[in-house]
Amino acid sequence: MSDNKDQVETTGHVWDEDLKEFNNPLPRWWIWTFYATIIWGIGYTIAYPAWPLINGATRGVLGYSTRTEVADEINRFEEMNAGVKAELAAMDVTEIASNEAVANYAIQSGRATFATYCSQCHGSGANGIEEGNGYPNLLDDEWLWGGDIEAITYTVTHGIRNEEDPDARYSQMPAFGDDYLSDDEITNVVAYVMSLSGLEGSGDVAEGETVFADNCTACHGENAEGDPDQGAPNLSDAIWLHGSSEAAIETSVRQGPFGVMPNWNSRLDEAEIKAVAAYVHQLGGGQ
Amino acid sequence: MWDYLKLVIFGLIAILAAIATTYARDLAYLVHAILVVAIAAAGFIITLRKMGHEKAPKSGYLDAPIRIGVALTAFWGVVGFLVGTYIAFMLAFPQLNFAWAEGILNFGRLRPLHTSAVIFAFGGTALITSSFYVVQRTTGARLWSDGLAWFVFWGYQIVILLAATGYILGSTQGKEYAEPEWYTDLWLTIVWVGYLLLFMGTLMKRKEPHIYVANWFYLSFIITIAMLHVVNNLSIPVSIFGSKSVQVFAGVQDAMTQWWYGHNAVGFFLTAGFLGMMYYFIPKQAERPVFSYKLSIIHFWALIFLYIWAGPHHLHYTALPDWASTLGMVFSVVLWMPSWGGMINGLMTLSGAWDKLRTDPIIRMMVISVGFYGMSTFEGPMMSIKAVNSLSHYTDWTIGHVHSGALGWNGMITFGMLYFLFPKLWNKAGLYSLKLVSWHFWLATIGIVLYAASMWVTGIMEGLMWREVDAQGFLVNSFADTVAAKFPMYLVRGFGGILYLSGALIMAYNLWMTVRKAPLAEATTPAAAPAE
Repeated sequence: MSDNKDQVETTGHVWDEDLKEFNNPLPRWWIWTFYATIIWGIGYTIAYPAWPLINGATRGVLGYSTRTEVADEINRFEEMNAGVKAELAAMDVTEIASNEAVANYAIQSGRATFATYCSQCHGSGANGIEEGNGYPNLLDDEWLWGGDIEAITYTVTHGIRNEEDPDARYSQMPAFGDDYLSDDEITNVVAYVMSLSGLEGSGDVAEGETVFADNCTACHGENAEGDPDQGAPNLSDAIWLHGSSEAAIETSVRQGPFGVMPNWNSRLDEAEIKAVAAYVHQLGGGQ
Repeated sequence: MWDYLKLVIFGLIAILAAIATTYARDLAYLVHAILVVAIAAAGFIITLRKMGHEKAPKSGYLDAPIRIGVALTAFWGVVGFLVGTYIAFMLAFPQLNFAWAEGILNFGRLRPLHTSAVIFAFGGTALITSSFYVVQRTTGARLWSDGLAWFVFWGYQIVILLAATGYILGSTQGKEYAEPEWYTDLWLTIVWVGYLLLFMGTLMKRKEPHIYVANWFYLSFIITIAMLHVVNNLSIPVSIFGSKSVQVFAGVQDAMTQWWYGHNAVGFFLTAGFLGMMYYFIPKQAERPVFSYKLSIIHFWALIFLYIWAGPHHLHYTALPDWASTLGMVFSVVLWMPSWGGMINGLMTLSGAWDKLRTDPIIRMMVISVGFYGMSTFEGPMMSIKAVNSLSHYTDWTIGHVHSGALGWNGMITFGMLYFLFPKLWNKAGLYSLKLVSWHFWLATIGIVLYAASMWVTGIMEGLMWREVDAQGFLVNSFADTVAAKFPMYLVRGFGGILYLSGALIMAYNLWMTVRKAPLAEATTPAAAPAE
């Protein structure tokens, strides 16, 4: 092992044949930076809540607290928006669109609320994430329970088929696989429904039409165009909530879909619900 | 006599574990009981077969467990990196969570498998193995007890086996880096106390007057991990025949205990322990004295004193009281220079030998490791500052930070250690191929750079997206928007992982060929005969 050119001595200890240590002093910048961080640390703990004592910790001379900081920021925006928010809460939903200031606030607030509470199912772009997963696309103009702003507000407020809100929208498609229809009849009616959207199933379309007329028209209508009063979807528009494959449609016929949406009146205030409705209504499909 | 006692112990354990299999309340417990039966039966048979044979006289250093240990270190490294690369792609392509593997190999099961394989299997085996080597060489003494050394070595591998199978089968306490359940924790405690006794015993019978700095770091790592492990795993089993247990702490106290543990697992396992490794292997490979004895003392005591308080910075802006949060931050920032003391001592040891960087890829590996150590120990204090943390916390920035430490510092110094030890332990003149070491170096370095850079980008991006509000104070992005925005960087990260993994595979091949093909070293007589 070569000697150090700077002529610094080693400590004289030797381990394992050649392990030695130079007796170099502490680097100046190192020790001064270390001192500086310690001094800064003492100053910081005087300024901010830090040292635990018997009856609580020191509060710091600046009186800072993370909770107050967050509360202040929330309050700042809440005060700023208080006026327009009260106006929105008091306003009839049908009038929102004609009041520019309120509409502007409602759509921004509705978008944020939608991103937080609705996007998990309907997608952050409100497109239902992917076709056939049971979550409606809110961008198109097909509405299961009506697409005018009042209908949307009602749906957001009370939800669909949930057990929490007695005013929730409710309807139930029978499970036609349970003794209502034979296997052949199901295959045929599936083929008929598919034919309405230009798809081809393996059953007999003409026989399926008869099965449809006898069992399905009460809700879905004679022309299979659905009925928003009872949440019966239009079956002739090539939009498939639960999938467009023959197997998926057959499952729907056999088991009867039962999609649930929560009632938001327990979690959102009136202005927030109206805002979400206004946001969804203006996405493109609103009636 | 001792052999008969061993037979009785192995036999008893096998019988008790066999009884436990019939009462097992869950699958993980059942599988673990069967494993214990198999291990105890194997121990019984091995002991029986060895009985009556003349024991080979003990001479020189005890290197047999070290030879197995370095091979296992390389093996666990490859396993850990492989799982890590796979789950990196799972994050980019969730379809890789196959339906048939749900509940066994989905992301939630593989993620702790990855972190523990790298930290505790790869890192832990590297630490135990290298400490066995270093403490013998720097004390001039054989390990205190051969039997205890083998117990610690295989005992720790059993911990790894129980932990890994537990993760796959869903046995977890739900504490990050402390997932294994109560009986694995108890077993690790026994093994760890054995490790402490072994290390202390060897130091006590040393032939050298002074204790070399590497041993201070190893010893602080062993003692502190024992304390952290015991306190953070205080829990009450629901049944002695089941793997589930209930923590004694609850709420914010539990969170604080967990991150006191978690941060000091970084501090004492991944920092102090690996600094022990650094303090032996860098001066040895560079053939230079350590830069400053004084610095090593000051930064050692400052490091171990300050680290233990830094945990609360993992809980900024939570239910943790502000005062604890402030203290955690202040101690983390003050920790900056003590951490850098190790970097300075590592890098400056090369002064006068910088030319070796050109010619010796092993020293290059060690130097870049210390470089990454310096970078992570600057980044860490910075991220502990509340204002920075309010942006960085819960984002991929943290993941990037951890990996520049784990891949850069822990990984690279361990690779250097393996490249140093393999020829020594198998009495070879040198490695099979230095060119392959160079390949490993570049693949690993580029891999880490891609990993860290992509995580900075996504981390800061998602932090900014989460906090973005419009003029009226409403959040602009939904969480799903931030996930979608990260996709390209997830690919870059995964590619970085592939590079790092390929480097490790090249290393495994090179080490294997060193044992098989490299020419033998010239016969040398050890200068210092170890104390018996």
